[in-house]
Amino acid sequence: MSGVAETAERAARASYGRLVALLAAASGDLVLAEDALAAAFEQALTTWPRSGVPGNPEGWLLTVARNRQRDVFRSAAHRRAAPLDEAAEVAVSPLDEIDPDAVPDRRLALLLVCAHPAIDPAVRTPLMLQVVLGVDAARIARAFALPPATMAQRLVRAKRRIRDARIPFAVPARADLAGRLPAVLEAVYGCYALGGPDDPDLVGEARYLAVTLAALLETEPEAWGLAALVTLASARAAGRDDRRYLPLDRQDPRSWDAALIAEGESYLRRAGPGPAGRFRLEAAVQAVHCDRARTGVTDWTALRTLYRALLLVAPSLGARTALAGVVGRLDGAQAGLAELDPLAAAPAASGFQPYWAVRAHLLAAAGRPAEAADAYARAATLADDGQVRAYLLERRAALPSG
Amino acid sequence: MRYTLLMHYPEASAESLGAEVIEAGQRAMTSYAAALDAAGVLLAAEVLQPSASTTTVRLVDGGLQIQDGPFADTKEQLAGTFVIEVPDLDVALEWAGKVPAVSWGGAVEVRPGAVHYADGAWRPNA
Repeated sequence: MSGVAETAERAARASYGRLVALLAAASGDLVLAEDALAAAFEQALTTWPRSGVPGNPEGWLLTVARNRQRDVFRSAAHRRAAPLDEAAEVAVSPLDEIDPDAVPDRRLALLLVCAHPAIDPAVRTPLMLQVVLGVDAARIARAFALPPATMAQRLVRAKRRIRDARIPFAVPARADLAGRLPAVLEAVYGCYALGGPDDPDLVGEARYLAVTLAALLETEPEAWGLAALVTLASARAAGRDDRRYLPLDRQDPRSWDAALIAEGESYLRRAGPGPAGRFRLEAAVQAVHCDRARTGVTDWTALRTLYRALLLVAPSLGARTALAGVVGRLDGAQAGLAELDPLAAAPAASGFQPYWAVRAHLLAAAGRPAEAADAYARAATLADDGQVRAYLLERRAALPSG
Repeated sequence: MRYTLLMHYPEASAESLGAEVIEAGQRAMTSYAAALDAAGVLLAAEVLQPSASTTTVRLVDGGLQIQDGPFADTKEQLAGTFVIEVPDLDVALEWAGKVPAVSWGGAVEVRPGAVHYADGAWRPNA
């Protein structure tokens, strides 16, 4: 029994998005595709223990879901819901051409649908989590700190829009694909950024999405860069202490996951040489940090070069703040503060926790404890994470009085 | 799949535009409509008179109220429509991007059709 459940679970994990992509492609109806697939999984759990796990579980699920979908199309309820008949019947037929023994992978088309320009950017990441990975709405709502009903409604609305406006389940030609990819990468990155240290499961989902996307695109450097970035960042998640926050430079590299580091580095190599985009540069930053596991030291000079390049390709408050921290290490606290000063006027900086944390750190190193104390307090107020807040207040308390 | 492209743009008087601009605009609209037609996707096209000549009818307190002026008094006004038949939203968006009104500072709304009436019956969009 547990063997069957395990097989079903594995099939679910590996096949969910693949099957949804196939089931929804013809009609564009993700809700119906997901319902049909859920019913197929349910049937698997009652049938497989009796009759044994089929040789090709994925093909079995596809056939059952497809039949189920056809029943729904034919049912009176669906006819009443649809303005007028027939069209739906036709829409499902292309599925018949698919050989259940050789299930093709159309997840790239599905990812492109999720990040289509006609879909609200705020719902792209949740949509991917749900239709590609099968994460349920309540879980996604938790990650986004939204009431489950709100998230469920947004997802349903987006899916209805995909069906009704007929957003195509298709991979555009290379030239058009280039224009569409940044949104897809951004949505996958959004999943990673959302996970963060608080939610390692979500980072795991982001890693799966990023690696899947890179593999589907085969030769897209930025996609491999993103896969490397998320994988290398996940490798260090193991080094976290559950009880307290440890900044990166105080983590023990022996606690990092060596296999994941090797995997991430292999993705970065697959991204190849040539001018690097944002995700490859961010991945390279991660790789430099991970390299401490081998060399015992952090190559701050390399980090400075990478952050400078990152600021050219994709300027952001985060990269500028990080550069200031690196410059502070290399050239002293004054130089680091000089990098930060131009940001002081930026309205976004006043509410950006890392800005205040780095500033506090540099002020402390520059022998300005009173100002450092203020900056630490400000950073602590802005910190979402209790452990980060505790760490910042600890640092504040450790300042020399003066 | 049928989509209606709704052109909205700020209205300007013929005097303020000048004959040259108007002619250029007409040429652009002619070649756009010809391109739709040549591609075999055009079902209908209509450019409307300015909203100064429009009249709006609604029911007020059980009686028909007829009022001069547009339904909504906005800076951009509905100025015309194209009904096209294309495979999916991506193709519709591509055509929408080429509507001359876009380069005149206007916006084009791309709305999928639900049903349309033909040969004595409402037909679903497909």
